[in-house]
Amino acid sequence: MRALAILLSAVLWLPATVAMAQNGPLRIEITEGVVEPLTFAIPTFEAEDQGAAQLAGQLSRVVAEDLSGTGLFREIPATSFIAQRASFAAPVRFPDWRAINAQAMITGAVSTAGGRLTVKFRIYDIFSGAELGQGQQLVGTQAGWRRMAHKIADQVYSRITGEAPYFDSRVVYVSETGPKGDRKRRIAIMDYDGANTQFLTDSNAIVLAPRFSPTGDRILYTSYETGFPQIYVLDVASVRRRSLETGDGSMSFAPRFAPDGQTAVYSLERGGNSDLYTVNLNTGARQRLTNAPSIETAPSYSPDGRQIVFESDRSGTQQLYIMPASGGEARRISFGDGRYSTPVWSPRGDLIAFTKQTKGRFAIGVMRVDGTEERLLSASPLDEGPTWSPNGRVIMFTRETLGENGAPSIYSVDITGRNLKRVDLPTAASDPAWGPLQP
Amino acid sequence: MSKLYRFAAIGAVLLAAACSNPSRFDDTNTVDLNNQPGGLDAAPIDPASDPASPAYFQQQVGDRVLFLVDQFTLSPEAKAVLDGQAEWLVLNSDFQALIEGHADEQGTTEYNLALSARRANAVKEYLVSKGVADSRMRTVPYGKERPAELCANESCYALNRRAVTVIAAGALSS
Repeated sequence: MRALAILLSAVLWLPATVAMAQNGPLRIEITEGVVEPLTFAIPTFEAEDQGAAQLAGQLSRVVAEDLSGTGLFREIPATSFIAQRASFAAPVRFPDWRAINAQAMITGAVSTAGGRLTVKFRIYDIFSGAELGQGQQLVGTQAGWRRMAHKIADQVYSRITGEAPYFDSRVVYVSETGPKGDRKRRIAIMDYDGANTQFLTDSNAIVLAPRFSPTGDRILYTSYETGFPQIYVLDVASVRRRSLETGDGSMSFAPRFAPDGQTAVYSLERGGNSDLYTVNLNTGARQRLTNAPSIETAPSYSPDGRQIVFESDRSGTQQLYIMPASGGEARRISFGDGRYSTPVWSPRGDLIAFTKQTKGRFAIGVMRVDGTEERLLSASPLDEGPTWSPNGRVIMFTRETLGENGAPSIYSVDITGRNLKRVDLPTAASDPAWGPLQP
Repeated sequence: MSKLYRFAAIGAVLLAAACSNPSRFDDTNTVDLNNQPGGLDAAPIDPASDPASPAYFQQQVGDRVLFLVDQFTLSPEAKAVLDGQAEWLVLNSDFQALIEGHADEQGTTEYNLALSARRANAVKEYLVSKGVADSRMRTVPYGKERPAELCANESCYALNRRAVTVIAAGALSS
């Protein structure tokens, strides 16, 4: 039995309820309205040798930032502490932490002995006076210290919320520099929090809309490196790329992996008309999915691989449709005011994220797969292109400021619509696509 | 629509300037070598003064047509420009044409790519109907990636919803 729990309600539209009991289990239901973040203390991790001192400080900071960054947790600053931890092994004096209203505490110890980074951590439920789950030890290289911090934060997050975690994940995006009329664009990968940007292409050609494979080992994207937009598949480890044989047409674009990682769905434009196709990445076998004079693009698979959601202007404006993965009859799911585009199926399968345009403004929203219960999570002069965190709780998207000096940034928002914030990156950035939780 | 007229007016001014300057070599583009401190120097000849040049096509014939929001149909003004383009291309048969399609930034990336492909193709089909060989032309959709004008109002967006015919001497490789 979990004594300490944040219940992340799937019922997003219920009024907020915060139920606390001194003697019973602590529960926080997160809803559209007010939510009380869970308070935690994280004393700076103990350094077990001299070389570990700096890393111990950095590690505990990143764990704290991961948790606080969700908006579900609030850190109690160390200046409020009335007790100091003697050592990682020392017993926790729970009354000292109850007195400052900490609900959870994370303790850790860091060693660099033998040239390896070893981190031990424990999570405590302060009010019930017990450890939450078992302590763990992580071992790795010193260079990988940030991932280790994300792994610890993932443990805290999943043990307290009961949800799958997402901190130890990466996002592929387009890094943009230079004036708006002649942007230099490069495919780049960052940690989910914006750290550790690594470039995968040079800036010689326009690149668009990179998408991770289900395991994160490859990226599909569109590049103008021949002068004409074509789809490429890039191996992340070797940074080698090859163009996909997408068929005879002027342009292939908007690629996305199927959940099996072996098939790509994409748009092919021929004679001004764009339709949806698939290509087997191993055999090169192609299949045409749509055959209409309208624009069919931005396809995205359901997590089970059996259906595809896409946008089409067959009704006169862009709307969202779902069809079988092998093509066939499509049913429209968007019926609200305005136009809908860039649908992306959630990893849980229950929601579709999209871009919505009404009255000259853009919003990111989610709706159920049957098109009901639409909720808008953001609004600005130009928001577009949602992507889901691996656990389906958070959405990243591009927000571009208008005008001569306008530039894009990547933002994230919880699917409750709370905790909207900009991802801190060294350059302007667009087109994020979230990869899987790393093993 | 008023922006279209303004655009046409700019073209008319350029055309008038060209007509008032029939000679290819006059005082404004001739350099007296005796007055050059370094001795020999080349005088730049305005490339647009040669009717068979891509620069002439771009500046005098008019290299672009504009579209209404979400549209790819050709307006009467656009067709008039394209008639001139077709005439020039038929006359200068050594050149190839790359037709760029563009969209304004008020749309999502994928849709704008597809829309700009429709626009480029509409231009290509019109030029084919006026006698330009299909094999001499290729289209390239840019979506909203290469705006001609940078601003955030309709007068600017109107200039970005365009198809531009770029003249090239070489083959249109992929």
